[in-house]
Amino acid sequence: MDLNKKFTPETWPEKPEIATFEGKNKFVGFWLFLGGEVILFATLFATYIALKNKGPAGLEFSTQELYELPLVFVMTMFLLTSSLTSVYAMYHLRNYNFRKMQLWLGFTAFLGLGFLMLEVYEFVHYVQLGFTYNNSAFSSAFYTLVGTHGFHVAIGLVWITLLIFRNAKRGLNLYNASKYYTFSLYWHFIDVIWVFIFTAVYLMGVIG
Amino acid sequence: MSSVAQKKGFGAWLWEWLTTVDHKKLGILYFLGGGFFFVLGGIEAMLIRIQLLQPESDLISAGLFNQLITMHGTTMIFLAAMPILFGFMNVIMPLQIGARDLAFPFLNSLGFWMFMFGGLFLNISWFTGQVPDAGWTSYTSLAITSPGHGMDYYAIGLQIAGAGSLMTGINFLVTIINMRAPGMTYMRMPLFTWTTFIASAMILFAFPPLTVGLFFLTFDRLFGGNFFDHTMGGNTIIWEHIFWIFGHPEVYILILPAFGIFSEVFPTFARKRLFGYTSMVFATVLIGFLGFMVWAHHMFTVGLGSTANAIFAVATMAIAVPTGVKIFNWLLTMWGGSIKVTTPMLYAIGFIPSFVMGGVTGVMQGAAPLDYQLHDSYFIVAHFHYVIVGGVVLGILAATHYWWPKMFGTMLNEALGKITFWLFFIGFHLTFLIQHWLGFWGMPRRVFTYMDGQGWNLANYISTVGAFFMAAGVIVLVINAIMTTVKNERVGNDPWEDGRTLEWATQSPPLFYNFPQTPLVRGLDTVWLEKQEGNKSGITPAVPIQDIHMPNGSIIPFLMSFGLFIAGFGAMFRLETAWGLPLLIFGLLWTFVTMSLRSVKDDLGYYVSKEEILQDIKHEGGQK
Repeated sequence: MDLNKKFTPETWPEKPEIATFEGKNKFVGFWLFLGGEVILFATLFATYIALKNKGPAGLEFSTQELYELPLVFVMTMFLLTSSLTSVYAMYHLRNYNFRKMQLWLGFTAFLGLGFLMLEVYEFVHYVQLGFTYNNSAFSSAFYTLVGTHGFHVAIGLVWITLLIFRNAKRGLNLYNASKYYTFSLYWHFIDVIWVFIFTAVYLMGVIG
Repeated sequence: MSSVAQKKGFGAWLWEWLTTVDHKKLGILYFLGGGFFFVLGGIEAMLIRIQLLQPESDLISAGLFNQLITMHGTTMIFLAAMPILFGFMNVIMPLQIGARDLAFPFLNSLGFWMFMFGGLFLNISWFTGQVPDAGWTSYTSLAITSPGHGMDYYAIGLQIAGAGSLMTGINFLVTIINMRAPGMTYMRMPLFTWTTFIASAMILFAFPPLTVGLFFLTFDRLFGGNFFDHTMGGNTIIWEHIFWIFGHPEVYILILPAFGIFSEVFPTFARKRLFGYTSMVFATVLIGFLGFMVWAHHMFTVGLGSTANAIFAVATMAIAVPTGVKIFNWLLTMWGGSIKVTTPMLYAIGFIPSFVMGGVTGVMQGAAPLDYQLHDSYFIVAHFHYVIVGGVVLGILAATHYWWPKMFGTMLNEALGKITFWLFFIGFHLTFLIQHWLGFWGMPRRVFTYMDGQGWNLANYISTVGAFFMAAGVIVLVINAIMTTVKNERVGNDPWEDGRTLEWATQSPPLFYNFPQTPLVRGLDTVWLEKQEGNKSGITPAVPIQDIHMPNGSIIPFLMSFGLFIAGFGAMFRLETAWGLPLLIFGLLWTFVTMSLRSVKDDLGYYVSKEEILQDIKHEGGQK
């Protein structure tokens, strides 16, 4: 593949992410990987549901007392919006508009970072209440499920930061188009998982 | 970069193997790595059998015995059977579909090194004296209270190796989906490719639960988690579910490729098309699907209730149907064929009765009420060795003889091969057949010794004698391999003379780019088809000779895996040493930094020019 090949919006392929053979492989492979990730999170969800509110005799924490929906709602808004901005970025990727794509990905990373900071705040807050990782089976299952999601967000942030800076000077080509696209798939996946966490952990937790 | 052998220094040779992304070389590495662990697991098995030779033997202590059975099971499943099968898949599957390499050569290398470092991590425990000892299933009521670091070696070692398997599974899937040669439709794929495909799909969905389960175990043991500790609200049954949701598909991940191997061997040496190809494919897919529906049959006695037990009992017995379809298809492939009894064919013929016996005892245990009687007895040991050794290991040995020339360019000695077969086959039945009765007579599994006068002495004696036969068989195989390698008599494309699939239309071993021209596939068993029509090369090219794009080698997979390896030690010694936590952080950072290097450094591969390819073809022509 020739990295120096210059494209115009007219010659740029309609689906640049799968215009090369490597891109096609990456596309299929990443979808399959996400399939495996679904099972990974399914296992975490199942464990969380089984261990929810379970702890040693006299456990003083329960989902109703612990969770605060306003904070979680703000976090959800951050992450859902970041998914939207990544869609805009992919729109510009398809239209060969590198600067706007980078800009929207920048917004995506910024919103993702905001989400992550709020999650850190949430965890710190719980720990200060005494709801530590070692507190109970409930706490272990909670932190592992939500924390694994948070870890995925953190990985995504490092990933997109690397992509934005690595390609800042050279612009779009068919080699990095598939990389950007794969990131956006990943980011949507994280978003979908969060929707399930919001529902199964927080909403169902508060309702009881 | 031509296939002509060049004199190279040791450093260059080592560097080439550490950085290789060539599927054939990685396949050989998988094969040798798995072979090493196979011998290691075999030695552990021999020690177990020697201890059980006589009643009240005090050769091996109870603690060491627990370590031996745990490491034997873990090693054989994760570090021997799977990697060796991965080795064959790596070398053969891309050749069978006419591809140049796997879809992600870099990832292939990463998968191998993670397996290798995971396996080493697990086995380093032997040198520290703190060895996993809660059984290969590692039920957590035992595992979270096991003293020392034994179970940490298990959890972290398998975590690293398991992640590698997951990557390789995805890699195989994408390769088969995207990289089949023109004309190679799904229903023209050789059965070994089909079984690789289904086994890889199973890996994709079975390994993530293992990943999660092992993390839970690690967190419980090292980071104060409470998943399995009932005094803290945890539940040990969760582990059993998670482990078997992985563990049951895992045995199909092992057996399906073995089925694939036999489905190649039977038609080749019966010199007849595989009987019922379509139903074979269908049965493979069905086994893959049902394999996920039966995990709780390992937990009949846990007390899930009779409804759950009934459902899982019926699902379990249902698997016998597609498996039976396969058995009949193999028999009917031989029926009326012009059979050549070579070593691989011997293994294939020996496999059928052996595996049927394992299958029948499986159905017996599938009946939940009977399982209450058989549970935790030697009958179970007999059953799973009949399917794993009688199925998977016979398959691996058949493939070792069958594909040796394709991997190493020289034939294993047939006489020694047949001696290996008879020693191993007789030894296998001698060891495990009698164990069915031992189970009926009440001998529990996983006991390090037994009292005199219970009527178990003779049976145990016979069983141990059988184990020595098997060991002798493996030793003859190793001698055979060394002799053949030293003699190094080169063979042509199709040393068995009756090859049916595309791997037999390449050189032995193939050029590093596999096919000078991508082949055009005109039907099932395409090489056989071409040969029948008088095309000696067995290939109709689909494209003119042109430049070939190939991937660059890379040391990064090795470095990434090494980072995880040292992070594992950090996690393990975090609590009692000052250097544990820094080492954990350093190891993880090391892995992430090397991974980022891969991301930011462009790797576009290189081209093999048309002229070089023409030269290689000419050179090959001169050799003949």
